[in-house]
Amino acid sequence: MALPKYTEPHYRIWHYFYLFVCGCVFFFLIAPLFVIFPLSFNAEEFLVFTDGMKRLDPDAFSTRWYKDMVYGTKNPWGLAAKNSFIIAIFATIGSIILGTLAALGLSSRHMPYKGLIMATLISPMIVPLIISGVAIFFFMAKVGLAATHLGIILAHIILGTPFVVITVTATLSGFDHSITRAASSLGSNPFNTFMKITLPLILPGVISGGLFAFVTSFDEVVVVLFLAGLDNTTIPIQMWTGLREQLSPTILAVATCLIVLSVLILVTAELLRRRSERLRGINR
Amino acid sequence: MSSETGKILSTDGIPLEESLKQAERKNKIKAFLLVTPLLLFLIITYIVPIADMFSRSIDDKMVTNMLPKTYKAMEQWDGKELPPEEVFEAFYLDYKILVKNKTAGKLQTQLNYEKNGFKSVLKKLARKQKKFEEGNYKEQIMKVHKRWRNVEYWRAIKRRAPAYTYSKYLKGVDMYSNEDGKIVQVAEDRRIHRILWSRTLEVAFFVTLFCFLMAYPIAHLLATLPMKYSNLLMICVLLPFWTSLLVRTASWMILLQQQGIVNDFFVWIGLVADDNRPEMMYNKTGTYVAMTQILLPFMVLPLYSVMKTISPSLMRAGKSLGATPAVAFFKVYFPLTIPGIGAGCLLVFILAIGYYITPALVGGASGTLISNQIAYHMKSTLDWSFASAMGLMLLTGVLVIYWIYNKLVGVDNIKLG
Repeated sequence: MALPKYTEPHYRIWHYFYLFVCGCVFFFLIAPLFVIFPLSFNAEEFLVFTDGMKRLDPDAFSTRWYKDMVYGTKNPWGLAAKNSFIIAIFATIGSIILGTLAALGLSSRHMPYKGLIMATLISPMIVPLIISGVAIFFFMAKVGLAATHLGIILAHIILGTPFVVITVTATLSGFDHSITRAASSLGSNPFNTFMKITLPLILPGVISGGLFAFVTSFDEVVVVLFLAGLDNTTIPIQMWTGLREQLSPTILAVATCLIVLSVLILVTAELLRRRSERLRGINR
Repeated sequence: MSSETGKILSTDGIPLEESLKQAERKNKIKAFLLVTPLLLFLIITYIVPIADMFSRSIDDKMVTNMLPKTYKAMEQWDGKELPPEEVFEAFYLDYKILVKNKTAGKLQTQLNYEKNGFKSVLKKLARKQKKFEEGNYKEQIMKVHKRWRNVEYWRAIKRRAPAYTYSKYLKGVDMYSNEDGKIVQVAEDRRIHRILWSRTLEVAFFVTLFCFLMAYPIAHLLATLPMKYSNLLMICVLLPFWTSLLVRTASWMILLQQQGIVNDFFVWIGLVADDNRPEMMYNKTGTYVAMTQILLPFMVLPLYSVMKTISPSLMRAGKSLGATPAVAFFKVYFPLTIPGIGAGCLLVFILAIGYYITPALVGGASGTLISNQIAYHMKSTLDWSFASAMGLMLLTGVLVIYWIYNKLVGVDNIKLG
């Protein structure tokens, strides 16, 4: 942002101060993430930069913590990763199906009590997780689903659907309903119309909602803390236990992998958002 | 048009009005059916369990169920003098069963809450009652311990009669109902919950404030920069947003530790001495810093989406009419961003007030919040009814804020990313 030549000096100073503040905030936001990456390659067991690392001595770096993550016997990261993926994938599928259906209903202008129902459907996002955790735990314990994969999946569907409802409703807000009417007038049944016309158009919204649901499930620890037994341990649970007891570099190796995963998700979400805006004719 | 009725008929011969109404009803049902699966699912697995927390929080049937005969016999007793023989007999019979089932300990603890010193009296009775002879239980019980002659102890039992109680809610704000049934505060040194409530509010308030102060300039920069730069900078906001909460907390634990980089930096610039590194973690500072960074994206995104819609020509118009940049900003730009400020602040405040993970990891003893107390009672003391009561008190607060949010912004205006 270049300033015009006629800018007064005090305004010029103010402007550079503003840019400096912005720079600091961006640094504050992003820098903590980059601390983890080099430290996860630390050859020592300490969580500080050793003198060797500061000199960029190759001997000070190693991949031993990554090996420990994969082959280590003490940390059941393998089991945790497997559980996390299974739970997150099924929770995402469940959230997408229930959330998309509900969003379709909510976007209809005939929907009665829209505000109230929307508020109810969004509530798991607003209610503090600790309360959701307590309530869901009571329910799952009552129906005998505590400490089962199914119980955790259902819990994560509860937490994930609001995101799908929000993103799909947003996509549908720019949706031209006359094309579905055109399809029906040409003899298509409602199911066919949905699969061939509506779904392809709202797909970016569905997928980005699904990504939110996936991340929510994959990162969720409060509710799982109440629900999980020994067999249902997930990556966040393992990290939580590790962080509480002792911060080991193995956790940083896992954290690095998670950051890489979130970069992938960010890129996907961003590409989808642009595609969706292009499809809906929003040009910026 | 049908001349006889004066009504327009559809092709089926039904009045058009009727036919339209039918179609409308059909559409309504169709829309509702689409929402039904999720709505039912949430009601069964989520809304009802939350409501169930309420019944759990006021449930006080434990003592009532342990002494069924006693309470039946006590119905006639006015509580002024020592109860009649029937009450003594019923109590003896109830207590005998409890001792036999080895559950008398629970009753002893519960009644000791009500009247100090009850435990030893009951323990003595448990030992002596085996030798009791049939009949005249009043005499026999009173012989075991002289406190059984004191009507206060019988009144204490009677006070536990109701199956429902709001005592857990009183406990949540450090109050209790004393022997005369008056609501009083607990001793000064035991008022821990009020400290937690005020600390939770304080942390939520300041985190919201810090987030606002930091988010406003960068949201403005993102909204005014050309697309190709702002997209790049947006990654700085979105990457933390998508990254695992535990990863971000872990990175703060590394940064803030005593030998950590932040302290190294302070030593390097000479702010603190090397042997006097401040403790920045396991206290409120750690909670503030980590929570602000973690919640910052939730403030930036709503602000950004509002600022994006403000035309830059408005500021130029203000300036061309003679306003200084500062006046133009405060009179023109700032008021236009208020919806975004409201959305962001309420979102961050709601999230901060119920935060659990980060305070538990970096907060230490002086940085824990009300959520941590709820989790503690759920997992450690197993006082689930108290945890439920505290949870509902927190929930009420959040719902009030949510309601305000809904009035001001509307839940359907929440934007993600």
